[in-house]
Amino acid sequence: MSFLDAGIEFAFSFDQLYDRLQSMPAPIRLRELIRTIRTARTQAEEREMIQKECAAIRSSFREEDHTYRCRNVAKLLYMHMLGYPAHFGQLECLKLIASQKFTDKRIGYLGAMLLLDERQDVHLLMTNCIKNDLNHSTQYVQGLALCTLGCMGSAEMCRDLAGEVEKLLKTSNSYLRKKAALCAVHVIRKVPELMEMFLPATKNLLSEKNHGVLHTSVVLLTEMCERSPDMLAHFRKNEKLVPQLVRILKNLIMSGYSPEHDVSGISDPFLQVRILRLLRILGRNDDDSSEAMNDILAQVATNTETSKNVGNAILYETVLTIMDIKSESGLRVLAINILGRFLLNNDKNIRYVALTSLLKTVQTDHNAVQRHRSTIVDCLKDLDVSIKRRAMELSFALVNGNNIRGMMKELLHFLDSCDPEFKADCASGIFLAAEKYAPSKRWHIDTIMRVLTTAGSYVRDDCVPNLIQLITNSVEIHSYTVQRLYKALLDDISQQPLVQVSSWCIGEYGDLLVSGQCEEEEPIQVTEDEVLDVLEGLLASNLSSPVTRGYALTAVMKLSTRFSSVNRIKKVVSVYGSSIDVELQQRAVEYNALFKKYDHMRSALLERMPIMEKTATNGPTEMVQTNGEAEPSGLESKHPPSITQPASQANDLLDLLGGNDVAPVIQTTPAAKPASAGGELLDLLGDLSLSGDPAPQVPVSQPSFLLDGVSSQPLFNDVAAGIPPMTAYNKNGLKIEFTFERSNTNPNIAIITIHASNHTETEMTNFVFQAAVPKTFQLQLLSPSSNVIPALNQGAVTQVIKILNPQKHQLRMRIKLTYTHKGSPLQDLAEVNSFPPQSWQ
Amino acid sequence: MIKAILIFNNHGKPRLSKFYEHYTEDTEQQIIRETFHLVSKRDDNVCNFLEGGMLIGGSDNKLIYRHYATLYFVFCVDSSESELGILDLIQVFVETLDKCFENVCELDLIFHMDKVHNILSEMVMGGMVLETNMNEIITQVDAQNKMEKSEAGIAGAPARAVSAVKNMNLPEIPRNINIGDISIKVPNLPSFK
Repeated sequence: MSFLDAGIEFAFSFDQLYDRLQSMPAPIRLRELIRTIRTARTQAEEREMIQKECAAIRSSFREEDHTYRCRNVAKLLYMHMLGYPAHFGQLECLKLIASQKFTDKRIGYLGAMLLLDERQDVHLLMTNCIKNDLNHSTQYVQGLALCTLGCMGSAEMCRDLAGEVEKLLKTSNSYLRKKAALCAVHVIRKVPELMEMFLPATKNLLSEKNHGVLHTSVVLLTEMCERSPDMLAHFRKNEKLVPQLVRILKNLIMSGYSPEHDVSGISDPFLQVRILRLLRILGRNDDDSSEAMNDILAQVATNTETSKNVGNAILYETVLTIMDIKSESGLRVLAINILGRFLLNNDKNIRYVALTSLLKTVQTDHNAVQRHRSTIVDCLKDLDVSIKRRAMELSFALVNGNNIRGMMKELLHFLDSCDPEFKADCASGIFLAAEKYAPSKRWHIDTIMRVLTTAGSYVRDDCVPNLIQLITNSVEIHSYTVQRLYKALLDDISQQPLVQVSSWCIGEYGDLLVSGQCEEEEPIQVTEDEVLDVLEGLLASNLSSPVTRGYALTAVMKLSTRFSSVNRIKKVVSVYGSSIDVELQQRAVEYNALFKKYDHMRSALLERMPIMEKTATNGPTEMVQTNGEAEPSGLESKHPPSITQPASQANDLLDLLGGNDVAPVIQTTPAAKPASAGGELLDLLGDLSLSGDPAPQVPVSQPSFLLDGVSSQPLFNDVAAGIPPMTAYNKNGLKIEFTFERSNTNPNIAIITIHASNHTETEMTNFVFQAAVPKTFQLQLLSPSSNVIPALNQGAVTQVIKILNPQKHQLRMRIKLTYTHKGSPLQDLAEVNSFPPQSWQ
Repeated sequence: MIKAILIFNNHGKPRLSKFYEHYTEDTEQQIIRETFHLVSKRDDNVCNFLEGGMLIGGSDNKLIYRHYATLYFVFCVDSSESELGILDLIQVFVETLDKCFENVCELDLIFHMDKVHNILSEMVMGGMVLETNMNEIITQVDAQNKMEKSEAGIAGAPARAVSAVKNMNLPEIPRNINIGDISIKVPNLPSFK
C-alpha cells in the first residue's frame, strides 16, 4: 500500500514538473537580455522590453523557481543599474543568500547590497544568514558576509553581529582580517558605543606584515581616534601609536623597490597617505606626539619623488599634516614652499590641491601664504572652473588693508569676465572686503558702483540699502556720487540695483546734480527737465521692476521740493494714480494727496534724509524710528481721523502688515538685536521701505482705518496725572508693571513705561518685549534700558511705549515676551485689557 | 569616505553604480544624471576634481573622476579622502579591470556587471579602501570565480541539462551543411582477412 502511494506521488510531482516545463519557457540568460536591450532604438522600446522581462521574472519568483533564481536576480540587478525599479527582488536576494551554493550567495549578497533599503523586516531575516556565514568554513563566504555587513548593516544588525566581527578581527587569515577591520569601522559608525569592544583586538594590528591589513587597521584606528577623545589619549599615551606609525612609514620609504606594493616607483602610496592622515590626528594639539613625528615628516617631505601623481599625493598629505600639527617653524616654511611649487606645477590637479590647502592654512600662516599672492591671482585666469573657484576664495582670504587696491582691481576684472555662476559669490566677497578694508569712502562707493554696473543682476538684495546708507553718510561726496550715478543711469538702465540706488540718490540730491558743482571731475551740465526725463523713462521702461518704479516715483516726488518744475511732477504723479501696479498706484495717490490737501507740509516731509547711524543690518529699523520721531505731528494730521472712510480702502496697507489677523508687532531692542528680529521688521515694511525711503507713507506709523468693533466713549474728562500703575504680566517669576503718563502737548498720546523685574534666582537674558495694539492705535516702542533682567528683583528693565490714540478707544494690548532663563529660551504671549480708564479716556 | 562609485559612458548611460549610503532608487538615478551633467561638460585638459553636486551631500563632497576613452569613472568622496590618492585608486581600479578582462572595453563592463562588482568589492568595502595591491585583488577574485565554476560543474549540471532541452531551438542547427567540393574519401582500411 505504502509503496503504491509513493508511486502515485512520484507520478504526480513529475506531472507538475512537466506542466511547468510546458507552461513556462526557461528565462533568457542575462547575456541575451542585455543584447536584446541594446537593440532597443528608443527609450520607450527599451522600457517595453524591460517591463516584459520584469513580468516574466515576477512570475518566476512567484513559482518559487530555484533553478533560475540566481539568473533572474542578476538580470534584475542589470535593470536596476539602468534605473528601473527592482525592489521586488529583495526577498529573492535573501533566499539566495540562504542557499548552499557559493554562486547563489555571491549574487544574493551583491543584490542585497544594491537593492535592500532600510526596511527592518528584511534586515531581521538577513542577520541570521550573515551570522551563519560569518562562521562558515570557506573564507570567501565569510568575506562576502563581512563585506555586506560592512556596506549596509543597520544599527541592529551591527549590535547583533559585532561579536563575530571582533572574533574575525583577531584571526590570522589576512583576507578576513582586513575585511573585519573595515567592518568594525562600519559597526562603530552605526553604534559608537560598541567601540570599546574592538579595543583589545587593535593591540596587534600594526605588527601585521600584510599591507591590506595594515591599511584597514590604520583606517580603524583613525575612526576610533576621531570619534572619541579618550581613545585618542589612550592611543597616544598607552599604546605609543606614534612611534609605531613612524616605524612603518620609515620602512616604507626606506625599503626600496618591492614589486608587490609598488605604484609608479613608490612603495604603497595608499598606506603612506593613510598613515600621514592618522599622524595628523594624533599630532593635533599635542606637543609630544608632534615632536615625535617631526623628523619623519621632514624625511618624507624631502625624499619623495614628485615626477608622478602618486608622489605628489604623498607630499600633499605630508604638507597638510605639517600644517595641522604643532610642527617646527622650519618645517612649516618647507610645507608652504612645497605648496608654492605645487602652484607652479603643470598638472591642474596639483594646482587645485595646492589652492585648497593654502586656503586651509591661510588663517594660521597668513604671511607665508601672502608671499604666493601673485601666483594665486594668476590662477583666477585659469580656464578650469574648479581652480578658478578655489583661487577666488583664496584671493578674498588674502585681501587686507595693504593690498586692497591691487587685489580689488584684479577681482573686479575677474568679476567682469567670469562665468555667471561666480558673479554672486564674487560680488558679495567684494562688498565684504570693501567694507572691511576700504581706504576711503570715495573708493568704497566707486568699488560698489563698479560691481553694480558689471554684475548688478547677481548681487544680493540688501546691497541696495547698504550702498544708500553708505552714500548718505559720505556727506562730502554727495554731489560726486550723484553725478556718477546719473552718468551710469544714462549708460544702462537694465541693472536694477544700480538703477534703484541711482533713483534714490537723484531724488535726494537732485539739486546738487543740477547745480553742477563737483570739485573732482568735470561736472556734467544737466537741466531739471533732463533729469525728469530720465526718471520718467525709468517709470515707463519695460526693463524696470516694480520695485525700481517705486524708487523712481518717489524720486520724482522728492524732486518737487528741489526743482522748480512742480507742475510737471504733479502731472507725472497723477498719471500713476491709475497704475495697475497696486503699490505704485498707492504711492501716487498718496503723493497726489500731499500735493492737494497737505501742500503746506510737503517740503518738511520731503526734506533730505538725516545721516543714518551705522548699524550693519538694522538700517531700516533705525529709519522708521527717525521718521516717526521727526514728524509725529505731521503724520497725525496727514491722515486725520478718517473713520468714515470705508475699510476696504485700507486693505493694501493691511496686506503690507500681514493681513487682518496679525496685529503689527513693533519692537525696538538694543543694538545687539538678533538678526532674525530685523527680518521680521523687514517683512513688515515690505520691499520699498528697505531703501530707507523718506516718503511719508512709512507703513508702521500709518494709522489704520479699521475700527476694532469697540465703540468709543466720548467722555471729556480732564487728563489727570496720577494714573494708577498696573501689573500687566506676572508669571514664572517675571513681572511686568505699567506706569502711565499723558503727554502734555498732545492729550492723544499715552506714555507707558514698563518695568520688567525678575524675582527668580537666576537672571533672564535676551529679554525682548514686543507689543501690538488694535489698528485704531499707533504704537511706538522706544529702546529698552537693557536686555538682561537681574535676578532677585535687583533691578528692572524699563522701556517706554508711546501710544497715539486719537479716537480715545479703550486701550487693549497684546504683548509678546521672549527671554532666556536658565539656559532655555522662553516665549509667552499675553493680552492686557484692564488698562485704567484714565490712561485712554 | 567614498560615498559612491559611478561608471557611465560618454552619453551618460550607466555602466556601474555603487552607492555606499542609502538613497532611494529615484535619487540614485538623479545623482547619476546630475553627475554626468557636471562631468561631461568639462574639457579633458582641466583638473579632475569637481565640487559635489547638490544631491550627493553638498559642499563637503567632491567628485573625483577620470575619463578613459568612452567611459567616465567617478568617485564621490567626502573630505576625509585624499583627492590625489583617489585619483591613483581609480587608476588601480582600471588597471585591475584591464588585467581581469584583458584589454577591458565598455562592452566588458556591460556584459559582466557582476564581475565588475566583485572586483570592486575586493577593493573598496563600505566606502573605505580595502586593498590596493592589484595582484592580491586578482588572486582573490580568480579564486572565487573558480569556486563558482566548480559548482556549475557539479551542481549546475542538471539545471544546464534541463535548460539545454528546453532551449533546443531546432532552427539554430544548421540545416544545409555545405561541404562544397570536399569529397569524403573512405580511407583505405586494412582489409580484414
